[in-house]
Amino acid sequence: MLQGMNLACVRGDRELFRGVNFSLEEGGLMQVRGPNGSGKTSLLRMLCGLSNPAAGEIRWRGTAIRSLNGDYFADMTYIGHLSGTKDDLTVIENLLISSALAGFEIDMQEASEALEYIGLGSRQVLPVKVLSQGQRRRVALARLLVCKTPLWILDEPLVALDVMAVKLIQELLEQHLKQGGMVVMTTHQEIDITAASITQLQLA
Amino acid sequence: MWIIKRDLLLAIRRQSDVLTTLFFFIIVVSLFPLSVGPEMNMLRVMAPGVVWVAALLASMLSLGRMFSNDYLDGTLEQMLLSPQSLSLLVLGKAIAHWLVTGMPLVLMAPVLGIQYDLPVDALLVLTVSLLLGTPVLSLIGAIGAALTLGLRGGGVLVSLLVLPLYIPVLIFGAGAVEANMSGVNFDAHLSLIGAFLLVSLVLAPWAAASSLKVSLE
Repeated sequence: MLQGMNLACVRGDRELFRGVNFSLEEGGLMQVRGPNGSGKTSLLRMLCGLSNPAAGEIRWRGTAIRSLNGDYFADMTYIGHLSGTKDDLTVIENLLISSALAGFEIDMQEASEALEYIGLGSRQVLPVKVLSQGQRRRVALARLLVCKTPLWILDEPLVALDVMAVKLIQELLEQHLKQGGMVVMTTHQEIDITAASITQLQLA
Repeated sequence: MWIIKRDLLLAIRRQSDVLTTLFFFIIVVSLFPLSVGPEMNMLRVMAPGVVWVAALLASMLSLGRMFSNDYLDGTLEQMLLSPQSLSLLVLGKAIAHWLVTGMPLVLMAPVLGIQYDLPVDALLVLTVSLLLGTPVLSLIGAIGAALTLGLRGGGVLVSLLVLPLYIPVLIFGAGAVEANMSGVNFDAHLSLIGAFLLVSLVLAPWAAASSLKVSLE
């Protein structure tokens, strides 16, 4: 269970939000909404532990994430605006490395299957620099297939994806939620996902 | 450690980065005999200092790239969020940085030393002192690179931050060769560089990891 208690975020001398409370149960999806600049990405970076909230506390299974450190990172996958892929490495090398970094050492076979699923089967050995924006996004999202973490924090995962890929990701999210996983995501697109519980968190 | 392998793979795909450092070193070291003239005695005295200063500048040249590429494409974020210890990842990156930029200098130094008419045993001491000293440069440099990450004009700032910290290594590195040439025992110099290496092996990854966390917040 992921809980946010009375979170506040300050950027410079501007307060982006305060008093944000939420609680996300197993199998639940939380969609963070709000206009541009309302602090969605800041909230997500807080939730994954990249930055500290100006006030309040984030708890993972009842313990503050600040005191969990590595244990929390082993339970969580974050995909942000930046794809975290290396232009000079091939698609499959990128996936092997990013999953090893996340603590999941996979072999070529598994990596290859994940890329096949995400629609990059024929582009495995191309360097990422020749891919389109949407294809790069797919490379980043392929990590979700191989890193079996319960909590996914996704910042605009559907951006730049085509209709087929959006459907694919929605299926992937549904499956993850059905298995008791948790998802926190921001998106401006309407999403069509059935889950045990879907909550909306509106930032001013 | 797979992160070393990854950085080496990236270096192979982008050989120009490696070669610029090496050629910078070669050219700077070669400029001195050309400009000073063939005065053997003077060259011999200058040699240790010149080679060491050139090594310092060359290793500094590539410091900016140590974390900035990973920072720009988001890999660094993922490193911070990795269940593996960030200090170990930083250590891996520093080792890779040394293998790519430091080791070629060590291998090249004896050849360049011939230009300065150094005797064989002095060449040997020079190489050993560089072998012990250049990893310290990469390790301390990692702290500077982490601190200046994402800052405008970070390249100049990193030299101001890191060069003063390089001074002890420079003094004892060049000192070892001078001691050898004047027939004095040089063990103490090399032991001290070895001690610097051990201390920075322990402290630098930790310090760089903490600065990375601050830089990314």
